[in-house]
Amino acid sequence: MSDQQLVAILPHILLSALILIQMMVIAFARNLVTTVVISIIALVLTGLAFIPVHSLIPIVVTPLIVLDGYAIFYSGLILMSATAVTLMAYDYFKDREERQDEFFMLLLLATLGALILVCSSHFASLILGLELLGVSLYTMISYPRKGLLTLEAALKYLILSGVSSTFILFGAALIYAISGSLGFAELATIGSAENGTGELFLTAGSALIFGGIMFKLSLTPFHMWTPDVYEGAPAPVTAFVATVSKGAIFAISLRLFTSSGLIETSSILTGLSIVAILSMLAGNLLALKQDNVKRILAYSSIAHLGYLMVAFIAAGMVGGKVLAFEASSYFLFAYFITTLGAFGVVTIVSLRDHEKDAGDISNYEGLFWHRPLLAIMFTLTLLSLAGIPLTVGFIGKFYIFTAGVTTTLWLLLLTVIAGSGIGLFYYLRIIFAMTKRTDASVSEIEIPLAGGCAVAAISAAMLLFGIYPAPVINLINNLIA
Amino acid sequence: MQLVALISVLFIGGLVAWLAERRNHDWPKWVSLITILLSALLMIPLFSLEPTSVPLGAATSQWLLVYEAPWIPRFGISFLLGMDGLSLLMVALTLFLGLVALASSWNEIDHQPGFFQFNLMWTLAGVTGVFVALDLFLFFFFWEVMLIPMYFLIAIWGHENKAYASMKFFLFTQISGLFMLLSILAFVFAAADLTGNFTFNYFDLVGLNLDPDLAWWLMLGFFVAFVVKLPGFPFHTWLPDAHTQAPTAASVLLAGILLKTGAYGLIRFTVPLFPEAAMEIAQVAMLLGAIGVVYGAIMAFAQDDFKRLVAYSSVSHMGFVLIGIFAWRELTLQGSVMQMVAHGLSTAALFMIAGALQHRLHTRDVSEMGGLWKDMPRMGAIAMFFIIASLGMPGLGNFVGEFMILMGTFQVNVPITVFASLGLIVAAVYSLVAMQRVFQGAPTADRNLQDFDLREVATMVLMMLGLVYLGVHPQPVFDMVEPALTSLYQLTGPMHEWVGAAR
Repeated sequence: MSDQQLVAILPHILLSALILIQMMVIAFARNLVTTVVISIIALVLTGLAFIPVHSLIPIVVTPLIVLDGYAIFYSGLILMSATAVTLMAYDYFKDREERQDEFFMLLLLATLGALILVCSSHFASLILGLELLGVSLYTMISYPRKGLLTLEAALKYLILSGVSSTFILFGAALIYAISGSLGFAELATIGSAENGTGELFLTAGSALIFGGIMFKLSLTPFHMWTPDVYEGAPAPVTAFVATVSKGAIFAISLRLFTSSGLIETSSILTGLSIVAILSMLAGNLLALKQDNVKRILAYSSIAHLGYLMVAFIAAGMVGGKVLAFEASSYFLFAYFITTLGAFGVVTIVSLRDHEKDAGDISNYEGLFWHRPLLAIMFTLTLLSLAGIPLTVGFIGKFYIFTAGVTTTLWLLLLTVIAGSGIGLFYYLRIIFAMTKRTDASVSEIEIPLAGGCAVAAISAAMLLFGIYPAPVINLINNLIA
Repeated sequence: MQLVALISVLFIGGLVAWLAERRNHDWPKWVSLITILLSALLMIPLFSLEPTSVPLGAATSQWLLVYEAPWIPRFGISFLLGMDGLSLLMVALTLFLGLVALASSWNEIDHQPGFFQFNLMWTLAGVTGVFVALDLFLFFFFWEVMLIPMYFLIAIWGHENKAYASMKFFLFTQISGLFMLLSILAFVFAAADLTGNFTFNYFDLVGLNLDPDLAWWLMLGFFVAFVVKLPGFPFHTWLPDAHTQAPTAASVLLAGILLKTGAYGLIRFTVPLFPEAAMEIAQVAMLLGAIGVVYGAIMAFAQDDFKRLVAYSSVSHMGFVLIGIFAWRELTLQGSVMQMVAHGLSTAALFMIAGALQHRLHTRDVSEMGGLWKDMPRMGAIAMFFIIASLGMPGLGNFVGEFMILMGTFQVNVPITVFASLGLIVAAVYSLVAMQRVFQGAPTADRNLQDFDLREVATMVLMMLGLVYLGVHPQPVFDMVEPALTSLYQLTGPMHEWVGAAR
């Protein structure tokens, strides 16, 4: 391994080392503040370690890992969300369970898994990253051991995630059986030469892999676990599942399917389109009847992944690849900060009640008059989810439209419109509840320092990049195009 | 730069008004007043500007001001604002009615006045932006920005059924807006195929030779968004609910200026960008307009709720505007603009009267009113004036607009003209019946009501003077918008003739 390659994976090495240090510190001197500070330092240092990598890209480190602009962009997003989740989790856990320190270690481990995932170029590293992320998440979800909902959520996630991992493994095995290779790039050369049985194996293999991915991305018809896990998991963990976990898995599937050329098969594209349409409709329609904000956000995230699939499909169409990468990156950026903002507010509202997170919509009534700042931030995130201008969500949706228009995916775009229309109902319902004139107990909510700063920074970013998106667009173009 | 300042003042004023509430409950409305006056002050020098010529497709257009700054260079999106006579007139109307809305809500809002004024100012800012934006992306941006504060105005300060009404308003306009966004993007990408680079710039997009089938679909996306906002039959159903449930100030803004953004969009974008496609749909659009005129009038006649009555009369009057735009004659275009201004004034006044009645009687039900002239002679007389104006009495602005539209349309399509004229008769019936039921006859109860005070009378008199001026001396308005309309007209020519000749 050359020096350059070593520098290229320095972020991962650094993070692993810091996780070990954190473990030692927890073992010898248990202190929540110290643990959190180490977490933050680890995340920041890892982020800084990507700076020297930037001048080396693209660089291949062993057949398993490739570091390119794409990997760096998503690593940045993951580190940003992990930092925000750490701050929220500190507020969330500081007054609860007796021993919270290990949670932050698990969070770093999951982050490491996600970081490996986005730069893997081989099925071995993909599975490694996936499981590192998944196993840490099972524990994180069930971390507050006392709640029944929490246990239900953790068990559901454990079983379904395990099943979906086996799908991916089996799919990889089928592809390996015919191609003799586990690297993504080699598949491209082999895939096009195959016909007959070989093609069948390839299609079946990629269908299985995508089935597994659909579980993890909560796309319809494999979305059943989402509302329960979102509702049961502690709010910061839900934020982590919704952003880091889904984002990293989406990033790697887009890389896998485009660099191996698997996506260009027409049967796969048809299947993906059906999944996208179903997710947009099911996500939005099922959210209508919910009274629980966390469940609404769960269904809304199903719909959002459906919108994102439009860009995914565009990547497989003729001439759509460049714009599709750009579009999905911006959309995910928007989705990350919006979702973090939403769960940040849910976390803050949940702080009063140690038994149960503030799910029910009535917990938010009158928020506008008693805690205006919090309500404005929540309104912004909801408007951003709905894709209304002035917020970053609008630019994200704009990008989805551009990706769809260049590749003439009219049916999918009409579904996006229908879905956005239905979506307004439940987003506006929450906003309307916040504007109710009640003397509700929301006045007791106190805004904590760490989480409050995180949510405020996220809201500011949401407005700034909604009004002036050029910096992020340039960044994406520099790194990815 | 003046245009940027004009919009920013309103945006910033809204924020300041919101913050001012912390100091004093009464400050927000004063901040709003200062904000509107300040932006009006910024507008005054614009009236005396000399226009400069900018090529627009095959024609030349006259612009008082054009401002451009880069915004999202990746897609050729710029912060492009422009003002010609048409925009200037519309912005002036916006600010004036903003003042009226402020006056109408002066003592009405006890709950969260800061946030109320914030929404009021941001609605004005959004609408002003719509009237001056010349980049399609920017236009869409403002188009959506004006919705959210209006949603809040209805959802928070509205009446008994506000949740339903505000949701319906938002859904209708937002979904139709997304169709427009889809059209804008498909248009820009099709244009990029022709010209080789991405641009959302209005000047670059006018006059392109698009594939006719594609152009038809693109036109439809714009058409739907604008006709929903106008509102044209059969997309009008959000309007009676939204108007009825909205607080007075929001009704004034909705009827007075938000509806006009739809008409403005048709004139500025739909027809000039896709002339051939627009003319294919022109007969249908005129028919929808005529149905709207008659249907709105009949529905208005059947209402017991005073605000609903005025709302349906809006549907009727805006039907004339739709006819006028799609008849696409210089005469009918000028008539449509006149109708927009006059309707803005007369309907704003009627909503203010409706609001004043509700404030005093706590009901909007006409059957519970009657004989109110006795208690409130000033309000009665003023209402009489605006009802007469709204039914199209010669000598007042509304008459000029409707007459010119009908006269011009007569050369294009006689049956539609005849049919639409029937609306004038029904208008006289419902207006006078409403007047009679509310203000005349024997009082149904012994009330002790407070008549219009000085603030209300002053606002009303301003609007009355405006309508009389428009009615007897409309020429300055025509002179103001003439260069803008002429350049648009040059772009397409008298299209109904060449459509006829081609068949």
